[in-house]
Amino acid sequence: MSFATTSLDTGMTKQPHSSTETAPGNMRRATTAPLDIETVVEELKELPQPVGMPLLDDPKYHTRDVSVFYNETKQAIFNVDLDIGRNEVIAMIGPSGCGKSTYLRCLNRMNDTISGCRVTGELLLDGEDVYARSQDPVLLRARVGMVFQKPNPFPKSIYDNVAYGPRLHGLANNRAELDEIVEDSLTKAGLFKEVKDRLNLPGTGLSGGQQQRLCIARAIAVSPEVILMDEPTSALDPIATGIIEELIDTLRQSFTICIVTHSMQQAARISQRTAYFHMGYLVEVNDTNTVFTNPEHLLTENYITGRFG
Amino acid sequence: MNTSSLLTLLLILGLLSYYLGRKKSLAVSNGNRGQHRLHSLPDYYGYLVAVWCLLPALVVLLCWNMLNTPLITHAVSNSLPPEVHAVSPVNAGLVMGNVKRLVATRSIATETDPVQKAAAEKYLDLQAFSRIARTLVVLALAIGGFLYGWKRVNPQLRARNQVEQVIRGVMILCASIAILTTLGIILSVLFESLRFFHAVPVHEFLFGTHWSPQTAIRADQVGGSGSFGAIPLFVGTLLISAIALLVAVPLGLMAAIYLSEYATPRLRSIAKPALEILAGIPTVVYGFFAALTVAPLLRDLGGMAGLNVASESALAAGLVMGIMLIPFMSSLSDDVINAVPQSMRDGSYGMGATQSETIRQVIIPAALPGIVGAFLLAASRAIGETMIVVMAAGLSARLTVNPLEAVTTVTVQIVTLLTGDQEFDSPKTLAAFALGLTLFILTLILNIVALHIVRRYREQYE
Repeated sequence: MSFATTSLDTGMTKQPHSSTETAPGNMRRATTAPLDIETVVEELKELPQPVGMPLLDDPKYHTRDVSVFYNETKQAIFNVDLDIGRNEVIAMIGPSGCGKSTYLRCLNRMNDTISGCRVTGELLLDGEDVYARSQDPVLLRARVGMVFQKPNPFPKSIYDNVAYGPRLHGLANNRAELDEIVEDSLTKAGLFKEVKDRLNLPGTGLSGGQQQRLCIARAIAVSPEVILMDEPTSALDPIATGIIEELIDTLRQSFTICIVTHSMQQAARISQRTAYFHMGYLVEVNDTNTVFTNPEHLLTENYITGRFG
Repeated sequence: MNTSSLLTLLLILGLLSYYLGRKKSLAVSNGNRGQHRLHSLPDYYGYLVAVWCLLPALVVLLCWNMLNTPLITHAVSNSLPPEVHAVSPVNAGLVMGNVKRLVATRSIATETDPVQKAAAEKYLDLQAFSRIARTLVVLALAIGGFLYGWKRVNPQLRARNQVEQVIRGVMILCASIAILTTLGIILSVLFESLRFFHAVPVHEFLFGTHWSPQTAIRADQVGGSGSFGAIPLFVGTLLISAIALLVAVPLGLMAAIYLSEYATPRLRSIAKPALEILAGIPTVVYGFFAALTVAPLLRDLGGMAGLNVASESALAAGLVMGIMLIPFMSSLSDDVINAVPQSMRDGSYGMGATQSETIRQVIIPAALPGIVGAFLLAASRAIGETMIVVMAAGLSARLTVNPLEAVTTVTVQIVTLLTGDQEFDSPKTLAAFALGLTLFILTLILNIVALHIVRRYREQYE
């Protein structure tokens, strides 16, 4: 994983300037006199504005003032403003229940499948409203693939797992084209060599890491523009995790990737930008190395230094 | 002392020995955390002593009660004067029957025959002696067992392991009772069937196409010669079952899919129990519903369409049976569909699949073993169902696959063969056992085939 160290090294050199420039005189800065966490959270509730650089020019996803409610009474996330850039890996970190997965599931309208869940605010994918009436969530999800925490291959053969999406969306006209898509996706997911002799065996018979790569292959088989990953390696051992992290870095060339993770090392290794969520609020967004080496917000600092979370 | 008071006494002794055993275990270890650590928790020593107290006593009591009457009868019968036995063995039996009646009705004093009177008095004496001896033996065993168990209590005694072994034995006993009962039923049916096959050749029974079991009971009666070709019955059974399953499987499965995937939780919580009420309706109610409502309706409808529908038809019975089977199909399928993990659905939705695509391509295949299981249960209910068919499909053993005609099934024929006045060893009666055996083998094969299918799919789908 040489890429991770090099990107961190380059980040180190430019880091001191950016932090002082982006938040001059910000009272919520972690480097100022120690503040009471309760007070900081209260401040955050009054002014839910993330520090750092949440906004970008020409983003892939443009989201403003996004709030999610479960059953009208419980608000899961509050007024999140965030842009997601093209071909970047953005990591969402934060303690459990902070709303990062909920935010992720807004991006492909997976929250629609939860009854009583309501999303407000503006979410644009390439300038197109994700929650517009005219938007078909089924077609949207073909553009925005998703990989889940627990590998969830379908109870079908490896081949059928990967061919599932292309068949649904009619991407192949004949068997040869479908074969090609399957081989191509498995190759991109770095799995083809391992399974090429047993494409007709059940996908559930693979190891956990292989299953997760199968799920990634399944997601990229429909050529999505964005891939959402909800803690994709939290059920895997370090070796399988390493393979998938390298895979994510390769996939960045063709896809935009949003990844939710509990591992701060993982966020630091694979992402270009990091967003820190706390209790449903987006607290801080910045270049990954800035977030991890010089966080602006007290809550971010407390989290990444392991004081809570 | 009679059995119930003896049992009560044993129960009290058992409780007492539990208490004493527990107490001693605490005493020998100087308390729960005492210097001599007990191998097991104090309770286990109590249980073990109680087991020693109760188990031998109960076993002896059970055996004694089972052997008591035959042994006394045998002894009294042997003591009868030789001239009673000399008449005939049947005569001795009759005399013994009379003796037992005298004892049971307490009317010995009124009996005039001195032989029977003496025998009855002897019977009473033996009974009284047996009762006293039983009480003494059982109580001695209980107290002896308690003393032995109590003496053995010491910190090294592996009480927990021994109690667990006793519990294991009890569970094995429970499991084997079910298995042995099944085995007993099969064997008795098998032997009766063999007697039937002495009278009627196997191939005639299995491949004959004419069923007319009427035989003359006495030589001077005029009756049918009796022909036992079972093919029409099995065709009728399969026809009605097929109609029933054609109704129940699609309806039940669709209902299950709706309830588990589309219905709101509130609707589901009302609709599912409502559907299950169908399973609680007695089949005889379905039967007269079929015979009095559905069958005439079908006949009239058929008349309008220019079809000749019998007033008792396979179609009527099959339709109503299908309705009866819906809850089996829907309830079980609903459970297995619900058991498919949410992650499968998420995965499919995440790929841009619609709900119906997800159900057809992911959920149903994943739930298939359970759905096949539900189908099997429904099928065996259909094959074994009797009441609806008796009332709605008729008794005429016609070899036809036309659902508009009256047919009969194996179970219906078993009922008609065994009800009414019958000589028990005539082929007519024994034919019921042969039918039962064939039906049993048929459902067994069905189950084995289905299990095989389920196992194959399970390998693929889990």
